[in-house]
Amino acid sequence: MRAEPGSSIWWFRRDRIAVISLAIVALIVVLAIFAPLLTPYPEQGRGEPNIVEKLKPPSSTHPFGTDSLGRDMLARVLFGARISLVGGISIVLASTGFGTLLGTLAGYFGGWLDELISRITDIFLAFPPLLLAMTIAAAMEPSLGNAILAISLTWWPWYTRIARAQAISVRERDYVKAARGIGVRDGAIILRHIFPNILTPLVVQGTLDLGAAILTISALSFLGLGVPPPTPDWGGMVSEGRVYVQSGRWWIGTFPGLALFITIMSFNLLGDGVQVITNPRARGELQE
Amino acid sequence: MSRGEYLLRRLGLALFVILGVLLVTFIVSRVVPGDPARLYLGPRASAERLAEVRQVFGLDDPIPKQFVKYVYSTLTGQLGYSFRTKRLILDDLKIRLPATMELVITTTLLALLIGVPVGVLGAAQRGKVFDQLSRVVTIAGVSIPAFWLALLLQLVFFGYLGILPLGGRISQEVMLSHPINNITGFYLIDAILTGNWIAWRNAALHLIMPAAVMATYPISLAVRMTRASMIDVLSETFITAARAAGLSEREILFRLALKNGIVPTLTVMGLLFAYSVTGAVLVEIVFTWPGMGSYMTDAILNSDVYVLFAVTLVVTMIYIGVNLLIDFIQAMLDPRIRLGRGGEP
Repeated sequence: MRAEPGSSIWWFRRDRIAVISLAIVALIVVLAIFAPLLTPYPEQGRGEPNIVEKLKPPSSTHPFGTDSLGRDMLARVLFGARISLVGGISIVLASTGFGTLLGTLAGYFGGWLDELISRITDIFLAFPPLLLAMTIAAAMEPSLGNAILAISLTWWPWYTRIARAQAISVRERDYVKAARGIGVRDGAIILRHIFPNILTPLVVQGTLDLGAAILTISALSFLGLGVPPPTPDWGGMVSEGRVYVQSGRWWIGTFPGLALFITIMSFNLLGDGVQVITNPRARGELQE
Repeated sequence: MSRGEYLLRRLGLALFVILGVLLVTFIVSRVVPGDPARLYLGPRASAERLAEVRQVFGLDDPIPKQFVKYVYSTLTGQLGYSFRTKRLILDDLKIRLPATMELVITTTLLALLIGVPVGVLGAAQRGKVFDQLSRVVTIAGVSIPAFWLALLLQLVFFGYLGILPLGGRISQEVMLSHPINNITGFYLIDAILTGNWIAWRNAALHLIMPAAVMATYPISLAVRMTRASMIDVLSETFITAARAAGLSEREILFRLALKNGIVPTLTVMGLLFAYSVTGAVLVEIVFTWPGMGSYMTDAILNSDVYVLFAVTLVVTMIYIGVNLLIDFIQAMLDPRIRLGRGGEP
């Protein structure tokens, strides 16, 4: 693929770290999708116990060892990628979606509606996000859906702020004024003229936040507020590893945590790269 | 806008936000779950106990009346009872807050003492090996799950090397042979005040791993913030002028530029504080550190949900207070804010 010098893709490809991280992210997605084909123990990956082989250290048959129920840790880690990716992406989609909707309404219409939405946003921004998410999740049944909901409820205000600022600047552009002048309805203006023009910064912010979303959902699982067992989840698996520190069974917490770390770090490096291609000021970093 | 007007406006907004925060926690705790008495007592409660709790907490009153009572009792410090410890939540918090603050303050000091100088050097050596290295290390620092790092340190320093304690704030034996007199609630300070060096050494050893884990994120964030704002400042003309006037590079960096470059870092200090307190929840449980974080995780395990709401409220209030304080400090440091360039977007 040839990229025009100066184009976004050209800039992205100059950032070697970003390219490598994109490759790792792609690899993780592939591993998650094909998890059942990549392990000889897919049923253990999904949660079926195999007590005979419990707590075995890493070996050639079980490269990551086995857990307290004898399940192959490599299979568990592979299947765990699914929960982390689905969770992280759902959080970002739900909170950008809701945040963008509110922010656009506030920015486009202004007046009392803007005042109302902005003040509600202020209130939600006052909470430390993880703390509020924990509390909301604890008030509900532990499940993946509820964890996603609890985290999204604390995340949307950040996107509302971005969308509002963008909508305010787009609202004053000539083509929007012209559309309003010839009597196009507000709903149609928002859909056809505002949304498409405010999307870029929101997509960038969403990409930047994917790593943090995966980290947050794994933290809830670590605290027992996420996916209930036997569904494999990296945060929950690290939590199980805590029990085995004193007996020296290091593999139980180490491998799921390593998978989590590599995934989050790749998303964060990728986010950095995306910021570089969309922010001309950051491009200076690559020229030196 | 004068400085006084600006500060008053900030204060007014903070009061409004506090009311809003109370409304949100009220809705989530009383209206969303359906029956708060059941939430309070757990799923196996008898009908009589439920009726009793409804009576005691006034849950049969109209919702607006309940809210007014809720605001009044919260603002006067009545946070309710913990169902698990059977004590006032406020009393539990008084015991646990110093333990968490000891961690949070150590963490924040580390973030400033390590993060700011590294950020300054990164900006000065932009693009060179040191800067590239610090970019990767700080991205790793904001990516690494604290609870996993905690586990790794335990495996290495307790399990493999055996040089640091697994967890807790002080060893049981030391607490019996050399008890610490409770003066400030901070073990390290109390031990110094009473000249109890054996206990001090023991408490310091217990602090190393939790503080290192908790500081990882704030240090990385401080490096990134400081570096970014220093790069902006270093491109300003007064820096070029200072160079031309023959000031040493060290003076330019740490005296001239840092004074301007540190303002955004101060802004994130409030954020750092929030991260540290929430981070404490994840770190304290691994190190069995007897602070607010352990209190919250115990509450989660026992479905003692009202403790969670109470702690969330307390931490959020502290967070709002810290942010307000930072606004005030910034208004003092940066004259542009007073003139109305800052404030609400």
